[in-house]
Amino acid sequence: MTTTFAPLPTTASPSTSAASATAASIVFAPTPQHEYLLRIGDTCLIHAQRLAEWSGHAPILEEDIALTNLALDLVGQARALLTHVGLQTGFDEDQLAFLRDERDFRNFTLVELPGRRAGRDFADAVVRNLLVAAWMQVAWAALERSADLEVAAIAGKAIKESRYHVAHAADWVVRLGDGTDESARRMRRAVERLWPYTAELFETDAVDAEAARAGLGPMRLSLQPDWQAIVEPVFAEAGLALPAIGAFLSTGSRGVHSEHLGYVLAEMQTLQRSFPGGQW
Amino acid sequence: MSTSAAPQQAASPRVERAWQVLHGVPDPEVPAISVTELGIVRELIAHDDGLEVVVTPTYSGCPATEVIAQSITDAIDAAGLGPARVTQRRAPAWTTDWITPEGREKLRAYGIAPPGSCAGDLAGAATSPIRLMARNVACPRCGSAQTERLSAFGSTACKALYRCLACREPFEHFKPI
Repeated sequence: MTTTFAPLPTTASPSTSAASATAASIVFAPTPQHEYLLRIGDTCLIHAQRLAEWSGHAPILEEDIALTNLALDLVGQARALLTHVGLQTGFDEDQLAFLRDERDFRNFTLVELPGRRAGRDFADAVVRNLLVAAWMQVAWAALERSADLEVAAIAGKAIKESRYHVAHAADWVVRLGDGTDESARRMRRAVERLWPYTAELFETDAVDAEAARAGLGPMRLSLQPDWQAIVEPVFAEAGLALPAIGAFLSTGSRGVHSEHLGYVLAEMQTLQRSFPGGQW
Repeated sequence: MSTSAAPQQAASPRVERAWQVLHGVPDPEVPAISVTELGIVRELIAHDDGLEVVVTPTYSGCPATEVIAQSITDAIDAAGLGPARVTQRRAPAWTTDWITPEGREKLRAYGIAPPGSCAGDLAGAATSPIRLMARNVACPRCGSAQTERLSAFGSTACKALYRCLACREPFEHFKPI
C-alpha cells in the first residue's frame, strides 16, 4: 500500500517523527514450526489486547488491576515467542505484532471474540480467562520439554504466571457461578457462548503433527485431558453445566478468523501503521 | 553450569568490584532492595571488550526490565568499570526463592511481606488451583499472622495486596513464584 502514498519531504528520522507513508504489511511465509509457535504467541497477544479493554472499566478496582496485570504477563509471553520466531524469519517482535495482516495471525478464535466494548458481559471475560489460562498452563507444562531450548525457557517462566492466572480465574468462576441467581444466569450464558470455541483448542492438523515430530511441542489433542482436569472441577464447584461439543469448529489457528479480529488489529496496529518505526 | 562458560576466572578484581557496584543498584519498582538481593543478576563475565552482566527476568511482562538493564550499565560506567552490556538468560526461570535473606529483611522493613518458599505453593497449585493463595502471610508491621488478602494483584506484577486483622494496616505481599 505504501506505493500509493508519495512520501512527503522530511528531514526527521523515521524513528522519532511521523513518517508520511503508512507502513505496509510484511510478507510473511511461516514454516509449520513457526505457525505452531505463533498460535501460542498470537493467542497470548490478542487475549492481552482484549483484557486491556477492561482497563478503567472493571466492576471493582481490584479486578481492574488484576485484568491488566494478566494482560501484562501475556504481552510479555507474546513478546518472547514473537521475538524468537522473528529471529528465525528476519523480523522483529514489533513487525510481527503490528505489520502482519489478519490472515497471518494464528491465534485461536476464542480470544478475539468481542469483549467489553461490544457490550459483552464481565462473565464472558471471567469464563474466557479460565478456559485460556488453563490451556496455557497445560501447554507451557508440555513446552518445558521442547527440543527448542529457548521455547523451553520461555515456558519455564510463563507457566508460573499461568498458574496464577488459572487460580484467579477459577476464583471468579466459582464466585459468580455459585453466586446470585443473576450472576449464575449470566455465567451460564457466557459458558454457552464461549464453550463451542474450545473445540479448536484441541484440534489436530499438519502443523501440530510437524511440531510433535520435531519435538518442538505437543499435539493440541494431547493437552485435552489435563485441561479438562483443571476446568471441569471448577465449573462443577460453580454449579455450571458444560454444553456438549457440537460440529462447529473455529479456525483462527489456521488464519481464518471471525469478523472480530480485524477490529482488534485496527486498534492495536494503528500507531505503527501510521507512524512506521515510531518509538516511545 | 552458570559459571563453567565464563571465559575468565570469576575472582578477577574488576568482576569483584562490579558485584559491589551492583549491590548498590536498586530495583526500580521495589527500591528498598538491590538487583543482586532480588537475585536477578546471575553472572558477571569479563570479556576483552567489556563486562557482560547476565540477568534473568522476573516476570515475562515486567515493564522494569529495560530500566534495570540501563541502571546496571549506568552504574558500572559510573564506577569506571565499563563498558558493560546486559544479556538475558531465561533458564532456569527466576524464582522468589532467589531473593537473599538480606533482601527479605529489607522488604519486611520497607512494609512488604516477603515471599515464602514457592515450592509449597506450586505443589498446592497442582492439586487445588482455587486455593493457591490460601497461605498465611505475616504482617510486616506487627508480625501478626491474622491477615487476609484484599486483592490477588497489586501495584506491580510481583505483589498482592493484604490487610492485617490485628493492627488493621494494609500491606503488600511479594508473591512467591
